[in-house]
Amino acid sequence: MVNLLETDALTKHFGETRAVDKVNFTVRDGEVLSLIGSNGAGKTSLVNLISGLLQADSGRIVFRGEDITRQRVDGRIKAGIARSFQIVNLFDELTLLDNVALSIFSREGKTRWFFTLADHYGEVWEEALEILRHFGLESKRAQLAGGISQGERKLLDVAVAYALKPRLLFLDEPTSGVSTREKAPIMDVISAIVRSNRITAVVIEHDMDIIFKYSDRIVVMHQGAILASGSPEEIRSNESVKDAVFGPTHA
Amino acid sequence: MSEVPIALRPAATRSPLRIALWGVPIAVLLALLPYAVDPYQTILLGYGLTYAIAVLGFNLLLGYTGLLSFGHSAYFGVGAYTVAFMVKYLHTESMELFILGTIAASVVVTALFGYVCVRYTKIFFSILTLALSQVLWSLAFKFFWVTGGTDGLRVPTPKLLGFVSPAGADKIEFLSRGYYHYVLAVFIVCVMVMWVIVHSPFGKALQAIRDNETRARFVGIQIRRYRFMAFLVSGVFTGIAGALWVPLNGLTTPDILYWPFSGEIVFMAVLGGFRNFTGPIVGAVVFNYLKTYAVGFTVYWQAFLGIVLVVLVVALPTGIVGTVRLLAAWARRKAYRW
Amino acid sequence: MDLLVIHLFNALLYASVLFLIAGGLSLIYGVMRIVNLAHGNLFALGAFITASAVGQWFAGSESAWLFLLLPAGAIGAALVGAILEPTLLRPFYKRPEEYQLLVTFGILMILEDVMRFVWGPYPLSATTLFGKMGSMNVGEWIYPRYNLLVIAIGGLAGVFLWALIYRTNFGIVLRATSQDMRRASALGVNVNLVYVQAFTIGCFMAGLGGAIIVPSQSAVLGMGVDALVLSFIVVVVGGLGSLEGALFGALIVGVIREIGITVFPEIELAVLYLIAAVVLLVRPAGLFGKPT
Repeated sequence: MVNLLETDALTKHFGETRAVDKVNFTVRDGEVLSLIGSNGAGKTSLVNLISGLLQADSGRIVFRGEDITRQRVDGRIKAGIARSFQIVNLFDELTLLDNVALSIFSREGKTRWFFTLADHYGEVWEEALEILRHFGLESKRAQLAGGISQGERKLLDVAVAYALKPRLLFLDEPTSGVSTREKAPIMDVISAIVRSNRITAVVIEHDMDIIFKYSDRIVVMHQGAILASGSPEEIRSNESVKDAVFGPTHA
Repeated sequence: MSEVPIALRPAATRSPLRIALWGVPIAVLLALLPYAVDPYQTILLGYGLTYAIAVLGFNLLLGYTGLLSFGHSAYFGVGAYTVAFMVKYLHTESMELFILGTIAASVVVTALFGYVCVRYTKIFFSILTLALSQVLWSLAFKFFWVTGGTDGLRVPTPKLLGFVSPAGADKIEFLSRGYYHYVLAVFIVCVMVMWVIVHSPFGKALQAIRDNETRARFVGIQIRRYRFMAFLVSGVFTGIAGALWVPLNGLTTPDILYWPFSGEIVFMAVLGGFRNFTGPIVGAVVFNYLKTYAVGFTVYWQAFLGIVLVVLVVALPTGIVGTVRLLAAWARRKAYRW
Repeated sequence: MDLLVIHLFNALLYASVLFLIAGGLSLIYGVMRIVNLAHGNLFALGAFITASAVGQWFAGSESAWLFLLLPAGAIGAALVGAILEPTLLRPFYKRPEEYQLLVTFGILMILEDVMRFVWGPYPLSATTLFGKMGSMNVGEWIYPRYNLLVIAIGGLAGVFLWALIYRTNFGIVLRATSQDMRRASALGVNVNLVYVQAFTIGCFMAGLGGAIIVPSQSAVLGMGVDALVLSFIVVVVGGLGSLEGALFGALIVGVIREIGITVFPEIELAVLYLIAAVVLLVRPAGLFGKPT
């Protein structure tokens, strides 16, 4: 079984700090993987490197057999990588429908067209509506993205990424900033969509209940390196993981 | 029933039919104007329409792409001087050739300036556009044997559509009838073209870039390229405006390239409301009247306009059209309560 | 060789005035993150006030008196700045940048006509001091001594500012606020006070530039608008937000301009823009710029 994504000694420094230190990270096709670790462990930096927000100092990133280390962001998206953001990034002055439709227009290479009305692309708007429906946001489709609740914004962020029809989807803390009782429903929606469409997903999360419930595999990072990797049961019983992530005093 | 406020109906879903409903009457009214008022008023509105085209182009960058250019006088001036050069060196008379020449020159200058400027955003972008526009101003100033220096270059009334020309007849008559209608026609075409552009997928992409550059990048949009395209279209529109303006004025001088004129273009957009499609048009026409009457009224018209601008920015940041929309929405909500 | 010295002096002269104007602009941006489009008009205001003080109100006085009056323009500009900041600028810090630029553009227009109203539309000169200082010989050439005074004042201002920013407690507060306004505020810094102080200093610098140049050139309406563009070129070359940037930017612009007008007088201004474009293509933030 070929890995969907592999990094080879991927490294990123910020001055003196090694945010990502010679990391060999693999993602298998079709799995839902949780990336955990304490703050500053390097999770978001790793995702930033793979998605293209940051350029690596050294090392390689291989996606579906191709070296994408030097690829620009739009190239990586075309190759099939998409992401959501910890602090939600949306087009606040555009409607929910517009937000998702934009992904579709971009995916289809249609954003270059300036002599046709966007309204004429009926199939784009239908697909956008369908996606909003999957995410339970259909009723708010005409509202501006800046005016909906935080939980809805989190879902929309994922929906916008999902609309790109990626092979590999990075979700950076999809339930952060959301009230506890909203977290599970959000993850239910995301999980259902990801699994039914066979999208490989890497989720950065801090909530342990969510991690253990929804992941096929867990990768633990600590101080820029991968500490452990395995099934939820293996990780749960791993002492060094507990120390690193929760501190030595955790029972 | 308390509800999260739903956005005013997104412009994209306003059908072309509804727009024709109030657009056509306005166009007809404008066309009939010369027969209702004296030539001075008509020519004044002619000026206003050329500025409207310029600000329409400018606002593609500000309102839709989120880039504030303080150097649009450059493209207006390119339009004006291209016509003047074509008259002086090529002895051209045809307005259509003038417009074609202007588009060509605008594309060259805008592409050059745009290439440098779109690598920056926000303040630095504004400063750069201003500085670059001053290059042209200084060139127009210094190379006076080419550009006529501060005396400028004269531009006679052109031939429209190959046959309509004053031919010795009254110049005012020509400018307030034939030429005015020509300007109006080009204005309407420009409005329609810009309307399509901002409601196209490209227009949506620009707004995405404006709202959240990171998200736009991570949806696969190549930011710099799209900003460059917007810059190009914006500059060409403003160039065409300059070309239409110069026969009205009869003369072009370096003043049209001087950066305070860029400031006036920004003023016009803000006055009308830069977050709307029609805002720039309204702003340009109103500003034109405002300035004309202020200049006639007091020698301190600059201070007057300055105060208007400060008040505008403090109290009415959405401009005329934006404020009217807000009032209309408020009135509508009040009506629902009945 | 002597001619080279003359050219050097000219370059330094231009650079001194540019440094004062652009330095003020950069200081204000560095601390407060606003670009004041009316900044050039504070330079002009300084010129007009000093021209009035030296050339009209106290004309005919002893030279010593006149020299003491020279900074009158700077003080006047500083006062105007101290009034403008809390009233017209402070409401805009939390609003999008476009509005900040717009309100300062409005202020520019108002100031332009204020100067027209107070001093009329004609140039105002105050050449007594310039003449009183006479000229000196540089080899076979004659060079006005006053220009050297301008260069000296420019240099002194640079030193004084450097000391203020890097050697005083006030400077520490200033730098802290410019780096992280929220944290400074959380540590008890009165940010509003720092802002008005920084703005006042920036305006003082611009006004000083106008004040010291007026004995050799007249104060004329529109000089502010011209000056603003030049200061923009300096910050494009040197970087926006740092004193070093303003200094080196001013020096580079001064030197290259001097070379340019010697070799090809017509393209004087265009040469400056060319430098700016080259620098931008090579080092986008300017030579010492802070990332925007």
